Amino acid sequence: MTRLSRRAFVASSAGLVIGLTLPLKSRAQSGAAAALQSGATDGSTFAPNAFVRVAPDDSVTVLIKHIEFGQGPFTGLATLVAEEMDADWSQMRAEHAPANTELYKNLAFGMQGTGGSTAMANSWTQMRKAGAAARAMLVAAAAQEWGVPESEITVAKGRISHPSGRESGFGALAEKAAQLTPPEEPALKSPAEFRLIGTDLPKLDTPAKTDGTAQFTMDVYREGMQTVVVAHPPKFGATLAGFDDAKAREMPGVTAVHEIPQGVAVYARSTHAALMGREALSIDWDDSGAETRSTEEIFADYAEAAQEGGRDAEMIGDGAAGIDGSDQVIEAEFRFPYLAHAPLEPLDGVLEWTEEGAEIWLGSQFPSFDKPTIAKGLGLSPETITLNVMLAGGSFGRRAQDTAHFANELAAIAKAGGPGAYKLLWTREDDLHGGYYRPLTIHKMRAGLDADGRITGWEDIVVNQSIMAGGPMAGMMKDDMDPTAYEGATKMPYDFGNARTGWVSRQSPVPVLWWRSVGHTHTGYATEVFLDMLLEAQGKDPVQGRLDLIRADAPRDRAVLEKVAEMAGWDGTKVKGDKAYGVALHESFETYVAQIAEVSQENGLPRVHRVWCAVDCGIAVNPNVIRAQMEGGIGFGLGAVLFDEITLAEGGQVEQDNFDTYRMLRISEMPEVMVEIIASDADPTGVGEPGLPPIGPAVANAWRALTGQTVTRLPFTRATGA
Amino acid sequence: MLKPTLLAALLCAAPAFAETVNGLRTPDEFSSIENEAERSVALFEEMMVVIEHPRCLNCHPVDNSPRQGMDMEMHQPPVVRGPADFGAVGMRCNTCHGTENIEYASGEGSIPGHQPWQLAPLETGWIGKSAAEICAQLKDPERNGHRTLEELHEHNAEDGLVGWGWHPGKGREPAPGSQEVFGELTRAWIETGAACPTG
Amino acid sequence: MTTFELNGKEVTVDVPEDMPLLWVLRDELRLTGTKFGCGVAQCGACTVFLNGMTRRACVTPVSMAEGGFVTTIEGLDSAESRAVQAAWTRLDVPQCGWCQSGQVMSATALLREIRDPSDEDIDQAMAGNICRCATYVRIRKAIHDAADTLEG
Repeated sequence: MTRLSRRAFVASSAGLVIGLTLPLKSRAQSGAAAALQSGATDGSTFAPNAFVRVAPDDSVTVLIKHIEFGQGPFTGLATLVAEEMDADWSQMRAEHAPANTELYKNLAFGMQGTGGSTAMANSWTQMRKAGAAARAMLVAAAAQEWGVPESEITVAKGRISHPSGRESGFGALAEKAAQLTPPEEPALKSPAEFRLIGTDLPKLDTPAKTDGTAQFTMDVYREGMQTVVVAHPPKFGATLAGFDDAKAREMPGVTAVHEIPQGVAVYARSTHAALMGREALSIDWDDSGAETRSTEEIFADYAEAAQEGGRDAEMIGDGAAGIDGSDQVIEAEFRFPYLAHAPLEPLDGVLEWTEEGAEIWLGSQFPSFDKPTIAKGLGLSPETITLNVMLAGGSFGRRAQDTAHFANELAAIAKAGGPGAYKLLWTREDDLHGGYYRPLTIHKMRAGLDADGRITGWEDIVVNQSIMAGGPMAGMMKDDMDPTAYEGATKMPYDFGNARTGWVSRQSPVPVLWWRSVGHTHTGYATEVFLDMLLEAQGKDPVQGRLDLIRADAPRDRAVLEKVAEMAGWDGTKVKGDKAYGVALHESFETYVAQIAEVSQENGLPRVHRVWCAVDCGIAVNPNVIRAQMEGGIGFGLGAVLFDEITLAEGGQVEQDNFDTYRMLRISEMPEVMVEIIASDADPTGVGEPGLPPIGPAVANAWRALTGQTVTRLPFTRATGA
Repeated sequence: MLKPTLLAALLCAAPAFAETVNGLRTPDEFSSIENEAERSVALFEEMMVVIEHPRCLNCHPVDNSPRQGMDMEMHQPPVVRGPADFGAVGMRCNTCHGTENIEYASGEGSIPGHQPWQLAPLETGWIGKSAAEICAQLKDPERNGHRTLEELHEHNAEDGLVGWGWHPGKGREPAPGSQEVFGELTRAWIETGAACPTG
Repeated sequence: MTTFELNGKEVTVDVPEDMPLLWVLRDELRLTGTKFGCGVAQCGACTVFLNGMTRRACVTPVSMAEGGFVTTIEGLDSAESRAVQAAWTRLDVPQCGWCQSGQVMSATALLREIRDPSDEDIDQAMAGNICRCATYVRIRKAIHDAADTLEG
């Protein structure tokens, strides 16, 4: 079992440069980039590619291009390398790759970044090739060393051997291997040959996260470092009109106060002093450009805008026209609030600015945006900047900043303070007040049934604010359409004959961002609850009714639904005693998930006892990690639908401050979760997000069966008044 | 922090001229009621102004969970009474609450504290009860913490945790009046026969 | 000046007496296993033992520790803590990991007093520890597992 303490990082990275001794300290601080940018070898280093390093002690370190904040890329990507190297799991290590777009770009995005549950999918071939290349070179080195044909050499569990009895670990052959040319297209194993892939390998980051030694951004302390907190405008779009910092400057430990574009920054020798200093500021804000509407006013605006019908996001058959002249028309309007991601480690960053350049420690989800932003902010060339990607205490999308707003603020506080070391810290209140929420959204839904109860048409008009418009990723939009606004309301697995999805784009100074499963957070709920209403109107069983509608070319949707029904022993009875059962099916990020929730009523709210979950994410690289992500996605999604909304009061100020008013799911509210993974030989897809979308509608459908109440406005606490 | 108007009322609260202290009438306000039993009832109803205030009621639940805030919502994080009215194993009241109110270093307000800090015993729970029910309960040693009326007066007039209600820390509205006036009302109620409202 | 025993060693810090123990541990003493998550005793990421009992360090002025003894995740060393950490590792409980020091502290405190906790005991003892990744299914199982190893 490997441990990821800082000490272990240092120790393992020191050895990777074979035959070349670097001082531990400078090695640890300079990141891995220097040793790796050649991509291959300087004659003494065995770094067959940018991802794999073999140390004399036989340890194999995999540079992980995706940030580890709980979804398992350290373990998953290291597994791919270990598989093809025929390494033993105990010799594997993982650490974050430094910021370097050329070497470490996400092949799905073309930039270095994590998101959209793409880590495994885009790395699947790349990382196996990296491992296979390393193996081929070690085998070639052994063949040369021993004077035997490569074909007679075998590798298993980290040992290279020949029938003659010769045997070696990886480390002893590393120097020789380093002198060879990496193969361009190394052969990859067939799934039948997998030995590690598909097994519950222990996660590489677990031990350090169990004994407190894991190093996150907030744990970085530099010589002479000042801690900085910033007073931000209390309303979105407000600007600084003036401030009095006399009292703040008098606070013991406060070293400086500076105006920056984001607000007023207080610098101090300790976190406590910085917070006290900020308390002592007196600030006037200019609200003239601010969002001053309340949540209710914004909803009213959106509801009116929904009448426009929006632009076509998808048209099937006659679209909404199919509804015209139906025997029965069913309508519902669903309202979804702003949601904060609230990662438990609030946003933070450390920046050390010296004459030579700058070094940054950041839980950076988009290094390709964060690094140049800081370079620009400090007026430095990117080559003089090292960005260390740190373990992060959760993200759920919050750190995936296309606007790099936090990196920008980090650069701004350094720029205003001058060369030196700084830690920028957001408090929980800064986080909840700080925007970048899941967009507030309305789904206006309509469907027709004919005299025989068949669906004649389906329409879903989505109203919300685009996440991508106006930002650097706007280029990914086509014809000004932002698919993240309505994904999941399109490309549904059901055949309604006629269907239309419309999108109305609205604008506000409230910044919005992708929140775990992005558009699917609301489309999954709206479509699966509305469909359940239609099936009920048709007198159909929720499972069979869905199966009847699933298109022939959607076998994976069908399979997870059939599987979950089998797991839960579904017999068509929606209510048994004081418990009800609700089902939902939703594909996101090419991973298929169906869930059945068992729900009773407690204090006016759903009490979820058990959740059955069937998932198809292609080849299951690490089933244990997949189960963990389904469990986590269910808990994360359940807390949100039950309790959470960020609301703006009259005047535009956020009403939630901390976890007392923005409630997180607690252990007593967590259901039992049963997960089954569909066996598959398809390439693996992600699991960080897809576990989330079905839980809300599954619970809502059970709740409707139990109480007759359709919850069309989230969270449940608002809808039920509990 | 007290609102300026309340603060002014407190500062002007010289007993001889006092009509109300911080929203609570003093016993002499009731001297015009000639019938002693009626006066006693009126005094108790004035005591109810304090008793019914969330600062007092929140920790006198009839179930196993304290409430918090002026809306008397369920305590967050969720906590339980436990065997000694002091929380559960691993989550006792003093896991968070200290011996005095502590202002948050980040964020607004404070976490309340006092030595001791704990829930009122279950049998002394009040939430949801009428004035008549609470009055009867207060006179019943089985349901008032085994107190004589004299001891009840001492509790109301001098107990530190009761007194916390008027010094609840930043971000919290204090109970009406003062502990001194509450004690005086209790004394006057007892001396007039500790009569209870009907109904 | 405030003096207390930290993980078995006496320490003296020269900080304002209202500085929360959390920031004394992190900023002054560089024990970073104790985490900041909310600052208002809602999340439990900063859980330590003060005089042997669970305590949220974010609402603990360092003056409260004067003359007392403090145990952090770095100083855990008991049959219960070892059983808890072994179970945490065996079940791969952590995801992002930020809350887990606090979870381990609370779970250890629970097992110290209740050797074979029920689900209700777990719900109550762990109620103040938020896991934003919702690893609760595994936290519960790991506590039961740890209890089993302590008994066995």
